[in-house]
Amino acid sequence: MLFYSFFKSLVGKDVVIELKNDLSITGTLHSVDQYLNVKLTEVQVLDPEKYPHIQSVTSAFVRGSVIRYIQLPPDDVDTQLLQEATRKEVTQPRKE
Amino acid sequence: MADENEQATTTTTTSVEEPLDLVRLSLDEKVCVKMRNERELRGRLHAFDQHLNMVLGEVEETITTIEIDEETFEQIYRPTKRQIPMLFVRGDGVILISPLAKQS
Repeated sequence: MLFYSFFKSLVGKDVVIELKNDLSITGTLHSVDQYLNVKLTEVQVLDPEKYPHIQSVTSAFVRGSVIRYIQLPPDDVDTQLLQEATRKEVTQPRKE
Repeated sequence: MADENEQATTTTTTSVEEPLDLVRLSLDEKVCVKMRNERELRGRLHAFDQHLNMVLGEVEETITTIEIDEETFEQIYRPTKRQIPMLFVRGDGVILISPLAKQS
């Protein structure tokens, strides 16, 4: 649940999501769930060439599994906190 | 086997060496991540989980495309790079993680 909590702390920030189909979209992070599905508002497509016919829609739901990267604002990320949380995470309870 | 070694609470271990423990040794170090589609990332590992979702800082992404010359049929490797200050990477695209040798 580490990254779920991490993204909850980033709600309201502007991010750029690169999808596995090479589409890049920018928007404001509205919400996230345990599957790291993401809802964005004020969505704009970054590179007008690489994209299908999405004009700026108001909001978009993106399935977590289609995301390749999410570019984050570096100042909004507490790297120390992340590292500590990762150390505690271990490779804990696998579902048996 | 139900052992007393089952960790019920979150404790940090340094003894057991599972593969992910080896990744944990690379926290806050520069790593090289090989990904699907001929992509490679080099950056500082800040976080990861059992799916190999990761947060990397100061990342350089290299995408290598192979073009084939129509006439000579020779393969031309064309790497493109870009820099990203802070990046979340979804684990299902990751192939391997390796530390980059750091001189301290």
